[in-house]
Amino acid sequence: MSRRPIWKEPAAPGYQTVKAVVLGGFALAIIVPIMVVVSTSLASDQDIIEAGGYVLWPKHPTLKAYDTLFSGGLMGRAIMVSVFVTVVGTAIALATTIALAYATSRPVLFGRPVLLMVLFTLLFAPGIIPMFLMVKQLGLIDSLWSLILPGALGAFNFVVMRTFFMNVPAELLESARIDGASDFTILRRIIIPLSKAVIAVVGLFYAVGFWNAFFNALLYINDTAKWPVQVILRTYVLQGKSLSADQLGVEPLPQPQSLQMAVVVVALVPIAMVYPFLQRHFNKGVITGAIKG
Amino acid sequence: MLNRLLPHPTAPVEKASSVRERQVARNLPFRVRWRRDWQMVVLMIPGVVFLLLFFYVPILGNLVAFQDFQPYLGIMHSEWNGVQNFVNLYANPDFWDALRNTLILALAQLVLFFPVPLALALIVDSLVSNRIRRAFQTIAYLPHFLSWVLVIALFQQSLGGAGFVNNLLRQAGFDPIPFMTNPDTFPLLVVGQLVWKDAGWAMIIFLAALSSVDVALYEAAAADGAGRWRRLWHITLPSMRTVIVLLLILRIGDVLSVGFEQFILQRDSVGPGAAEVLDTFTYYAGVVGGDWSSGAAAGLAKGVISALLLWGANSIAHRLGEPGIFQKRGQS
Repeated sequence: MSRRPIWKEPAAPGYQTVKAVVLGGFALAIIVPIMVVVSTSLASDQDIIEAGGYVLWPKHPTLKAYDTLFSGGLMGRAIMVSVFVTVVGTAIALATTIALAYATSRPVLFGRPVLLMVLFTLLFAPGIIPMFLMVKQLGLIDSLWSLILPGALGAFNFVVMRTFFMNVPAELLESARIDGASDFTILRRIIIPLSKAVIAVVGLFYAVGFWNAFFNALLYINDTAKWPVQVILRTYVLQGKSLSADQLGVEPLPQPQSLQMAVVVVALVPIAMVYPFLQRHFNKGVITGAIKG
Repeated sequence: MLNRLLPHPTAPVEKASSVRERQVARNLPFRVRWRRDWQMVVLMIPGVVFLLLFFYVPILGNLVAFQDFQPYLGIMHSEWNGVQNFVNLYANPDFWDALRNTLILALAQLVLFFPVPLALALIVDSLVSNRIRRAFQTIAYLPHFLSWVLVIALFQQSLGGAGFVNNLLRQAGFDPIPFMTNPDTFPLLVVGQLVWKDAGWAMIIFLAALSSVDVALYEAAAADGAGRWRRLWHITLPSMRTVIVLLLILRIGDVLSVGFEQFILQRDSVGPGAAEVLDTFTYYAGVVGGDWSSGAAAGLAKGVISALLLWGANSIAHRLGEPGIFQKRGQS
């Protein structure tokens, strides 16, 4: 707890109330829908019928909706696809970003033009049709690589990483150089070990991005067996197509609400799991520092 | 930016230049620089290949906007037809609807969204208790990391026709409100969703700016009898001017692209009359409808308008004496 600075007026109940209402309302608006979705996915059929659709707190919690969801091939496959894209995509994106950020963080040959090449991408986007034609030209339609390769470098993440690398003291690199280290060695033995925190944050940003990507899959993947979780979520929750027994395998099906909510929760859980790790770094200025620089 | 590239001022300067950490030294011959830097150039290759494949070559692919593009002929063999596609767009009422919707939604987002994170940041910054502040930040940042599909699914389950808010209304004997399907209120819905998802996250930069304001200024002003509103007006807001202008410019440049997934996901439920924007027009005309050239022409028009908006906003900021985003060399 910090103390109230002496120059501030004493707390006025009117202002305090307004602040509490605004912040409290905003926080509740975020928490309540998420809670309802999670609760309903865990509720038994009886709970749902009693509550008339949605449940704020399940009286008889059950994992039946999840059992049903995972008994068929549909959801399991979608999760495999999303996990593959997220893991491989993050690894590739991190490798590309670290290499490029390090190479442009020092005044080297071609450093400036390449840097400008990256920064220009912040100002302009190639457009949907040309991207589609390119991916098609490369033969990536209906391949999971179409979800990975176009996201292999994010300009924002690049800037965050490069700013961090530029702040590694030059004396350190100089002493390594005198000891005969090459640029590869410096990157591997000095830069990367010193930048674990920023690499973790950028990696998590990439992972969240790959997990959440929806439109790429809509554009490039026609084969339903290769759909990631987000497209499943859209098809069965937003468009309201019913998850029928042939996709799920078990009968009788639980209440449709709890099934739909279980799909939502499946998309939500990985984010909820990495969020605490991400969140730890926000206030350390890793991200805001790059923006200000 | 440039001064970061220079060596630290206290670095010793008497060592041989072959071992010393690099200086700007542009006057070295190419062969010497290549021998010194080739490993760095190798490290650039994957990134540069990516940029060429998925940015610069596709940008050239916008040329199909000037062709009667046929997929089986490809870009090389399709007929050129000059500005015919743009003439067709000009005559196409759907394009004008899409342009109008884009501008309305963009303006609504700019005017109604932008002040929210600023206001939230001011309130959070004024909190004395660190614990409440941190708890609120934890909750408020979370939705930024949820996908648009998920956000809209959550909205649908909450505010949709069968969602729990309308369930409660029905149980209480009121008529349900069609929050999610009314095309007239769609701009408000869109802003509401954006506030829910991103207002907390957008706060983060304002909070960083607020924390760098010198507390002595507040103290001195308070000693001179300035109340909370005067301190806000004469100290807080002027200190944040640069950040506010910077974010506003970035927002303006981005404003035509923002919410694309949001619109495409809701186009079915509110109808194309309200939710068709330039991006969705491009997608449905080009990828879905097979009219590649019209789609590309609309996409190119959008890209050019965005770039012009960004440039315009930036030059206005320069006139007002703000650094903006394209800073002159040597500054900062």
